Amino acid sequence: MSQAELVLFLEASVRLGIPLALAALGETISERSGVINIGLEGSIIGGALGGALGALAFESAGLGVVTGAAAGVLAASVFAVFAVWLGADQIITGTAVTIGGLGMTGAIYQARFGVTGTELSLPTLAAVRVPLLADIPIVGSALFDQAPTAYLAYLLAPTLWYFLFHTPYGLELRAVGEAPDAAEAAGVRVLLVRLATTLFGGLLAGIAGAHLALAHAGTFAENMSAGKGFIAIAVVVLGRWNPVLVLLAALFFGAASALQFFLQALGLDLAYQIFLALPYLLTLAALAGWVGRARAPAALALPWESKR
Amino acid sequence: MADVQAQSVRSVGALESILTGAVAVALTLLTGAVLLLLGGFDPIAAGGAMIGGAFGGWNTFVSITLVRSIPLILTGLAVALAFRAGVWNIGAEGQLYAGAIAAVWVGIRGGALPAPLLVPAVLMSAGVAGALWALVPTLMHLRLGVGEVITTILMNFVGIYLAAYMVHGPLQEARGVFPQTGPIAEAARLPMLLPGSRLHWGFGVALLLAAALAVVVRRTRFGFELRAVGASPEAAAVSGRIDTSRVLLVSFLGSGAIAGLAGGVEISGLTHALYEDLSPGWGYTAIAVALLAGLNPAGVVVTGVLFGALQAGAGAMQRDAGIPAAWVGVVEALVILAVLAIDRIRRRAGALRAAGARGDE
Repeated sequence: MSQAELVLFLEASVRLGIPLALAALGETISERSGVINIGLEGSIIGGALGGALGALAFESAGLGVVTGAAAGVLAASVFAVFAVWLGADQIITGTAVTIGGLGMTGAIYQARFGVTGTELSLPTLAAVRVPLLADIPIVGSALFDQAPTAYLAYLLAPTLWYFLFHTPYGLELRAVGEAPDAAEAAGVRVLLVRLATTLFGGLLAGIAGAHLALAHAGTFAENMSAGKGFIAIAVVVLGRWNPVLVLLAALFFGAASALQFFLQALGLDLAYQIFLALPYLLTLAALAGWVGRARAPAALALPWESKR
Repeated sequence: MADVQAQSVRSVGALESILTGAVAVALTLLTGAVLLLLGGFDPIAAGGAMIGGAFGGWNTFVSITLVRSIPLILTGLAVALAFRAGVWNIGAEGQLYAGAIAAVWVGIRGGALPAPLLVPAVLMSAGVAGALWALVPTLMHLRLGVGEVITTILMNFVGIYLAAYMVHGPLQEARGVFPQTGPIAEAARLPMLLPGSRLHWGFGVALLLAAALAVVVRRTRFGFELRAVGASPEAAAVSGRIDTSRVLLVSFLGSGAIAGLAGGVEISGLTHALYEDLSPGWGYTAIAVALLAGLNPAGVVVTGVLFGALQAGAGAMQRDAGIPAAWVGVVEALVILAVLAIDRIRRRAGALRAAGARGDE
């Protein structure tokens, strides 16, 4: 790999890793409070369509990100009503939100643009070059010549880490995820915390979806989330529920996805479909190799009811 | 990842699950109608078109609806078995593809064998492949403590891409033009169940398997252990008489085998070749099928046919009422949410009644 190819590879890694990082950072917060949201995929595809429609309506990619975020929150609120408020099973509720989100966005898209799928052309989120930092050799342009959503991920990771581990609110949030009964006894409003973290997760997943439509593709396609919500959940485990490590894990996964372009360019004679499967296989291997030493929040996925 | 427990999905008696199912269907129809109205569609026309497309005439019902219900019943049984044991197998989709790949391979290579040997060989290889596909998440769960929700979903993607590789690569049809395999041997094909229709013996296989599973769950020692582990793994382990790891292993692999069989039956009975997009997400729809049936094997037959009708009617709905076929996904989600809501509300009512009887509050 020449230096130019290496730079391209790193740029692709970051570009593919950013939507995962955004979704996984939100999921980290909700899982820390005891909520595993398998419906993240529904929020991402909702964010992609919401972002596309908003960008079209307002003729602005920036406002598209806002409407995408709103659509992500909407999908997550369905999850929150059932899995948090009613206390229904989180895995099954999340599966329903994913199936429903893919169906609903597909139906809206088909109703609006026809079944044949005329190629949508959207206003795109342009890359913003950070002065000085982008001039660092090799990694500079990969990290600092990206869409603004990338910088959101860079800022969020340390901010959320500080919030979780160094503020009283973060402590309360983690208490809700480890021992909700004890947290309630100490005066924490458990359901309210879980509601807030779930909606926050939906917000970031919605932005991730808008990023897919507006920064990557410049268009919307049915099922374009392509399992990124599930990958994001695996990324949270790989990052051991620590926002900074989660960002790194998302970039690792982005690199695994970017490999497909570059191993092919290097003339490695492996089928295209095997490259597509590679990120999933690497994630499985990483989970097998390194989760043994990490521990999930104790109350993760357990429905909780107030004891008062 | 945490061991996720099957707390909220109970296996219930037949009458209770029929009642729950009926209320859930009513709730789904109501919510779906409201959503369609909001979208500017005519729900009555939609319902009429759907019913016409699914039940309009004997041949439509048998050759379209029942044929579409076969993979849904089989994957529904797979999910029901796993969920009963508290195993979150979201991986029926990948296991189905693994089964389909094995079936098509055996069906093409085993052409010299007579049908009475080759058909069982095809179906058994599909089952074994499905179980092997489930073995990876099973071992990661039991040995490494990695939760099966994510691993089964990841394996789905690997399975789908493996099938795509097969139809573009090693198993591609002889001319190398289309992304599909060549046809399996005549002797590898399931015979028709009803002459003059497209309904193949896969429907019989699904019914027999549902009956067998009903007996296993109700009447055998393993069925008892399965229900005990599903209700509370800790209590089952503490009792000391149940090897929970063995129950999880058997139900997880059994679930994978049934999902794999679904892929094999589809190849052997209907398509006779493997395509890239063989399954429109049966492995996920199966979750709605199993839940609506209250995880009862006999109920899965009924709900499988119901969802088969939904998918069969979707085309007519799009053609006659202008409602996009993707709407089916929304209906599936509404069914799942309705079942969850009914279960939660009934349980809260039960808790309140119990509190009232004790004289609390």
